[in-house]
Amino acid sequence: MIGRLADGGERSIGQLGHGLPISRQAVAKHLDVLLGAGLVTRTRAGREALFSLRPEGVAEARDWLAKVGSQWDGTLGRLKDFVESQP
Amino acid sequence: MGNPEVAYMPDSIAKTIEIAAPVERVWDALIDHEKFGSWFRVALDHPFAVGAASTGYMTYPGYEDYRWEARVVAIEPMTRFAYEWPATGGDKELMESGVAVSEWTLVEFMLEPTALGTRLTVTESGFDKVPEPRRSNVMRDNEGGWAEQVKNIRDYAEH
Repeated sequence: MIGRLADGGERSIGQLGHGLPISRQAVAKHLDVLLGAGLVTRTRAGREALFSLRPEGVAEARDWLAKVGSQWDGTLGRLKDFVESQP
Repeated sequence: MGNPEVAYMPDSIAKTIEIAAPVERVWDALIDHEKFGSWFRVALDHPFAVGAASTGYMTYPGYEDYRWEARVVAIEPMTRFAYEWPATGGDKELMESGVAVSEWTLVEFMLEPTALGTRLTVTESGFDKVPEPRRSNVMRDNEGGWAEQVKNIRDYAEH
């Protein structure tokens, strides 16, 4: 879904689900999750909802994952020290 | 826009380290809840059991009043240990509120024997479900926390 919005354009639910083996409802549900996560935004064009990527949301998410990853580096470092220092 | 790099949104983190000790010893440090607690910096109430909740309190300096909550998903001896935990984003009010957090991430530790000891890979997945404000919380919390953690690891390693 994110990949289909990567060019920065706006897409309808129909366009986003085109060719995917999932229902329109499933596409809408997935978009709801992405909206909640701040990764996409929704605008209206007449009766149709259009979705586009929120680049700052994606950047925030990546920063956040980098932070979580750093924490794991620390935690695994402590595990390594713990195991290797055991007699 | 139009940059696929920007659009790349991973759902998981994977980290691998090499440990100069046999798989049995690494497994023991993972699965013995007291040993786990010693390096993870958490005081756990009970041994780990598949399907059971794991509860306790963090012992990480400055975070001693933070609860630990997880649900053990898999214990496959010498191979894989997995649990889920709520994506609270370090939001203490949320943790204490009793309100169920619906998004949980999955943590998996996987072990492989190598010529020099053990290769351990940890993956954490399910991040795409977590609502944005909670993610921002985590980022703010971690700005100071991370510097503290680096110091902590160094202190631990040098003693």
